[in-house]
Amino acid sequence: MKMKKSSKIIFTILGTIVAVYTLFPFYLVVLNTFKNANGIVSNPVGFGGVSFSQLMANISAVVNNSNFNFWYAFGTSVIITVLSLVLLALFGGMAAWVICRNKTKWSTAIYMVFIASMIIPFQVVMLPLISTFRDVSQFIGISMLQSIPGIVFAYCGFGGAMTVFILTGFIKGIPYELEEAAAIDGCSPEGTFFRIIFPLLTPVITTVTILNGMWIWNDYLLPSLMLGQNGKVKTLPVAVQAFVGSYVKQWDLILTAALLAIVPMIVIFLVAQKQIMNGMVEGAIK
Amino acid sequence: MAENSNKTKLLSYVLLAAGIAGLAFALVLDFSGSSAGFRGPLLVAGAIVFLVGLYFFPTVEHHRSIINFIFLFPLLFTFAVTVLIPLALGIVYSFTDWNGIRLTGFVGFSNYATMFKDPSFVWSVLLTFLFVIFNMVLINVIGFMLALLCTSKMRGINFFRASYFLPNLIGGIVLGYIWQFVFNNVLIQITSKWGMMNSILANTKTAFAAIVVVYIWQYAGYIMLIYVTGLTTVPKDVLEASQIDGANALTTLFKIKIPMIASTVTICTFLTLTSAFKQFDVNMALTNGTGSVADFMGSYLTNGTQMLALNIYNTAITKNSYALGQAKAVLFFIILASVSIIQVRISNSKEVEL
Repeated sequence: MKMKKSSKIIFTILGTIVAVYTLFPFYLVVLNTFKNANGIVSNPVGFGGVSFSQLMANISAVVNNSNFNFWYAFGTSVIITVLSLVLLALFGGMAAWVICRNKTKWSTAIYMVFIASMIIPFQVVMLPLISTFRDVSQFIGISMLQSIPGIVFAYCGFGGAMTVFILTGFIKGIPYELEEAAAIDGCSPEGTFFRIIFPLLTPVITTVTILNGMWIWNDYLLPSLMLGQNGKVKTLPVAVQAFVGSYVKQWDLILTAALLAIVPMIVIFLVAQKQIMNGMVEGAIK
Repeated sequence: MAENSNKTKLLSYVLLAAGIAGLAFALVLDFSGSSAGFRGPLLVAGAIVFLVGLYFFPTVEHHRSIINFIFLFPLLFTFAVTVLIPLALGIVYSFTDWNGIRLTGFVGFSNYATMFKDPSFVWSVLLTFLFVIFNMVLINVIGFMLALLCTSKMRGINFFRASYFLPNLIGGIVLGYIWQFVFNNVLIQITSKWGMMNSILANTKTAFAAIVVVYIWQYAGYIMLIYVTGLTTVPKDVLEASQIDGANALTTLFKIKIPMIASTVTICTFLTLTSAFKQFDVNMALTNGTGSVADFMGSYLTNGTQMLALNIYNTAITKNSYALGQAKAVLFFIILASVSIIQVRISNSKEVEL
């Protein structure tokens, strides 16, 4: 019994040390956004030079910076993420249901292609993707690059495989009798899907949305290639990258920009901590 | 009822006709090189109207097939345009002199030959393998130890779990800059007292270690969560039985817990392997691949910390050698695919033995 108590203390101490290590960079970011440029360079760890008015000054300097255009980048990121997530959930659910409930050669083949495509790294398709999108834009006269619809389209394509994979696994577990009963009661196939199956998918759609959402919100490479480093439309990661590139070593501005980019994610995490952690795990296990 | 179905019939035919007409007209404009601004929206509208017409098509027999088609179409179409077509084109382009916009001819395997003769590329490949091995081992060991910590009976477990997982929420670009600050401005104040005047990121070897550390910091919390879930599935009565049989903590760990979560180990190994292989953001933001190597394959390198994914990006985007970059990307794909297949095979056979 005594042994147990001491090991408990050791574990707690160990855990605290690791927690300090994982949280220390965040602490440094928050702390230093309260300082001016000189204060950061001369004393990055201590509390010297910390003032609330300096934080406000830093934030307004970054938010009002025309190169960064924080609110615009933030809004663009929100629109792209939300649109992609809604469409992925809807189209993914529809496709997974068809694949799952039709045991034909075609549906199996489509499913296998989706699964196999999950090992394709983005790097191997990114260069032809940009040129294909450019050609398509010229051909049909809708801008696919440097436009929000184009990037949402791309995210639907790239997120589709994983979404279908997870949703198919879930739909398999829904009793087919439910759909038969609906059909006997005179429900059309599309009605069966939207009224019976889709509402049942809520928990797994939460999982898929969390996985895709973390990826899309934080993704840098795809938007930087499609939107361009200095294009009109920018997502938050692209804007941060461009901002840092033009203000090298101006840590007061860079750290404040980093803080502004982090805060939305942290807020969401604090609100939906359980769902996010469970969703990330379920997505990996399936 | 009959009147109603007649109306749907008419509606369906009208919509189908309108959709086809719209599509055809837009395509004619496209092929004739027209620059009319409405041709794009017309094409999209034509396709949508056509699908709606198809939905109302008066048939009982084929209604299910029509719904199947309409339901599959959006995702398959986007998937084909963004993944399948670029993949096929990419493999073809790697054998040509493609410059990102057009190509003039096939060059056979010369892109592949060029890249293997390039010391900086070979360096990147070897470095990536080293990075993958380091990360796969360290992240799994650390993640597993953290999971043991987080399943032991200690106070504030939820806080610890959340704080370990927190770095995983933030994108690699932002993380990279934060850590660049930590290394260049904070850590240097400590190391300079020991006589190391340069930042850790200035030396190739320590910079590489720094990338490994940052990546572990970002990823170990996620792997920990998966191990935690695995460990909680180990039945309590099995653990109790082993305790009664006199097994100590270490024996329980190696003889019971680890074998029982073998499938979790597989998942985590697979995840860390592929994600470390594809690492790009942290690499770019932290060092951007810089770092000097005095002598490798007889030449001086300036890309000492450049991983494969960043090398591909720089070859194509910065140096504008699209075909060469694409050939590297195809090799990247082949390596990743074969490693994944081998890894899955090995872990599957292991699971069967158990």
